[in-house]
Amino acid sequence: MGILNKQDDPFGSGNIVITGVDTLLNWSRLSSLWMMGFGLACCAIEMMAASASHYDIGRFGVIPRPSPRQSDMMLISGTVTLKMATRTKILYEQMPDPKYIISMGSCSNCGGPYWEHGYHVLKGVDRIIPVDVYVPGCPPRPEALLEGLMKLQDKVRRQSIARTAV
Amino acid sequence: MTNQEIYDKLKAAYGGAIGSFHEQAGSAYMTRTSSYADIVEYSQIAQICQYLRDEPTLEFDNLNCLSCDDNGDKTLSVVYHMESLSLKHYFALKVTVPIDNPVVPTVTRVWASANWHEREGWDMIGIKFNEHPDLRRILLDDDWVGHPLRKDYKEPEFYRGMKVGY
Repeated sequence: MGILNKQDDPFGSGNIVITGVDTLLNWSRLSSLWMMGFGLACCAIEMMAASASHYDIGRFGVIPRPSPRQSDMMLISGTVTLKMATRTKILYEQMPDPKYIISMGSCSNCGGPYWEHGYHVLKGVDRIIPVDVYVPGCPPRPEALLEGLMKLQDKVRRQSIARTAV
Repeated sequence: MTNQEIYDKLKAAYGGAIGSFHEQAGSAYMTRTSSYADIVEYSQIAQICQYLRDEPTLEFDNLNCLSCDDNGDKTLSVVYHMESLSLKHYFALKVTVPIDNPVVPTVTRVWASANWHEREGWDMIGIKFNEHPDLRRILLDDDWVGHPLRKDYKEPEFYRGMKVGY
């Protein structure tokens, strides 16, 4: 993006920015990844810590929304039980495109400590919905979650609305 | 009142319905809170609990916990831990039922707090609490098959189309 200086500005106002469509779209999307406000297990505590003033996830443009209709990003923060999996999938389907998923912690990555005897746990949320970024940890510290968020922002930055050659 | 005195009083009131007395080993606190009496005639458990609550010298006004076990020898158990907040003494009862016909009368009319405990016992171990006002599953979904804390429980391969195993 670049700002025209006053001399070159054909419109004489000095308020013109030049950019590409992809760059503008990606910049606006990655700078305001509104998050669906829901927590599943103990990872949600770390998510709340990341949202609070010490780590302040709000400075990355992440605002928790009370409705999937207003959310761009879903943070799977904790153990996905089979009972919750059905609901999680419905919530994901209710989100408008473009939508992103961060899988936070061992449980939602792969079942975590419940991998062997967890008759009630889905062994990885990616079995029901597509995941963009996996954050390892049990639970991950807020710094790790912020790193995962920045990874997602990098991913959004590389998107294009142009149809790519198949 | 000591646990032995409570047991003797119970035995005097209900005689053959009451089995042997088991003194809990361990610390003084453990002995005081967890020594228990076997109940042979478990069809009378509601009346026995009513007596323990209403008898002025016993006054067990609080059900601390109601828990269920699979003993692994084709029997299931229900354990009632109770406390008198006014007289500051404790006692516990234990009921053992055959796995083929695990029906125990409810104690919800004695202590309303037994309601959810008994629902959990039904959900996890599969003990039917007779005349319970609302005996539904409490943790798992309504369409779940089986009672997962039974020793012979086999976890399903799929649940609602989701693979359960690792």
